[in-house]
Amino acid sequence: MIEKTVAQLSGSLNRGDISSVELTQAYLDRINRYNSTLNAFVTVCEETALTQAAQADAARADGRTSPLLGIPLAHKDIFCTSGIKTSCGSKMLHNFIAPYDATVVSRLSDAGAVMLGKTNMDEFAMGSSNETSYFGPVKNPWDTDRVPGGSSGGSAAAIAADLCAMATGTDTGGSIRQPAAFCGITGLKPSYGRISRWGMIAFASSLDQAGPICKSAEDAALMLNAMAGLDTKDSTCADVSVEDYTANLTNSVQGLRIGIPRQHFAEGLSPEVEQAVREALGVYEKLGAQLIDIDLPNNHLSVSAYYVVAPAEASANLSRFDGVRYGYRCDNPVDLEDMYKRSRSEGFGDEVKRRIMVGTYALSAGFYDAYYRKAQKIRRLIKQDFNAAFQQVDIIIGPTSPHTAFNLGAKTDPVAMYLEDIYTIAVNLAGLPGMSVPVGLANGLPIGMHLVASDFAESRLLNVAHQFQLNTDWHRLRATGFTEGR
Amino acid sequence: MAFDKTEVEKVAQLARLHVSDSEVEEVTVRITDILALIDQMQSVNTDAVLPLAHPLDLTQRLREDDVTETNRRDELQLLAPEVEGGLYLVPKVIE
Repeated sequence: MIEKTVAQLSGSLNRGDISSVELTQAYLDRINRYNSTLNAFVTVCEETALTQAAQADAARADGRTSPLLGIPLAHKDIFCTSGIKTSCGSKMLHNFIAPYDATVVSRLSDAGAVMLGKTNMDEFAMGSSNETSYFGPVKNPWDTDRVPGGSSGGSAAAIAADLCAMATGTDTGGSIRQPAAFCGITGLKPSYGRISRWGMIAFASSLDQAGPICKSAEDAALMLNAMAGLDTKDSTCADVSVEDYTANLTNSVQGLRIGIPRQHFAEGLSPEVEQAVREALGVYEKLGAQLIDIDLPNNHLSVSAYYVVAPAEASANLSRFDGVRYGYRCDNPVDLEDMYKRSRSEGFGDEVKRRIMVGTYALSAGFYDAYYRKAQKIRRLIKQDFNAAFQQVDIIIGPTSPHTAFNLGAKTDPVAMYLEDIYTIAVNLAGLPGMSVPVGLANGLPIGMHLVASDFAESRLLNVAHQFQLNTDWHRLRATGFTEGR
Repeated sequence: MAFDKTEVEKVAQLARLHVSDSEVEEVTVRITDILALIDQMQSVNTDAVLPLAHPLDLTQRLREDDVTETNRRDELQLLAPEVEGGLYLVPKVIE
């Protein structure tokens, strides 16, 4: 039961094959059994979950139903949850209990989802391996010596090991898509502004976007239906009407024009990943889609521009952590300056401090034009590349990551880690929707395919991903082990 | 642009971070590497390109100037390391 998709579980709950309380207990049992190995959850809220599950069962008995009613969910620990700890993977917030729910949390709760707990993540979402978490790294269920990817590594590992039915993540440069690829599951980063950022702890405000992490494109559509839409509490949340994202899933891809960016199949891509993605493209060709080579000529500058824009915005956002109103405060400060400096230096980890320093430097007097303004101009070029491509094609497909999951501790050089996101970062700079779906295995490790659509074309993106999943089984593959209760 | 130990100390001061003597060397090397990555941007001429600050063409929404939040001071101050009489306490600033 626990390996089923949201769509399937919803059917089982409606038929009365299982109750939400039973289903929730089954996931809680698996979390208890396997979390010590995987470290995917930082907080488990058993009592809350069982209460919500009982409420869902009562609602269903009353004749109410909706696709997410009674479905067990895990939230990335970046989303504020009223009364339940929200740490953002940091010592700075290790005992922070938010006084309100994030909009994403309240919308999923209103839709009837049951919250099992909060998942581990890179500190303040800064990382591509989940190794910067104050609570220790998450292990990849496919090989526990390897990273799950990051920053939404806990959510991705929890889905891959069937510790929950669906999960939330956030993606600033690839933090939903890359862990989805490494863990062999489905992850969607919607268009910038599609989902409210209110109550989602800010990293880089012009790039951050929440999204679903789940077992199929159909599930991503069901979650997006609940998560998307205008929120007056977030002034950058887009006033664009919300479609029923399941409505176009079954559309044919006959005649679909798929753009294959030459720059995403160039030097640095592992042969196994290239082969799996090309085979997946072959599936689309058989279904009547047309493959068209395209160029994204400024893609190679995306990582450089990102590492100005994201740290600059982070340095401003993280200035709020001053040891005064909430969060960590150092012991025995001698004066105000000492309190600021030691609280921040002791409360933040090395990667977060590095990015604050880079951002502060880029924004400091005399460097604005050379760094921040230059990066914004590159951002324009990258957006123009995508605009030009979407004149020619309906969707862009390539690899999510240059290779499969790497070993824990293998990448100690920050720049090498930054280059992990070479195929995903440009999508955030341009604000476009992107998705990763599993397309194969290499040496027993999952490979992800990256799909990108134009602004607010999530419906198209989900349709194209769903059509692939109707014709292949890669998304149904599970890591071996973790068999108890399956 | 050379990024040396003096720059590290200056930037750390601006960011209100403390970099200890034992860390300063590594921090300098790491940030120099990151700046080298960033400097790849300089390889293209962008003189005629307009900056893009934000992915969406947004105009700020306006709303009526109504009170929408209730006063939750006491509840919010439960999160603070030190408060007294509704005030946040910090180390003495004025002698």
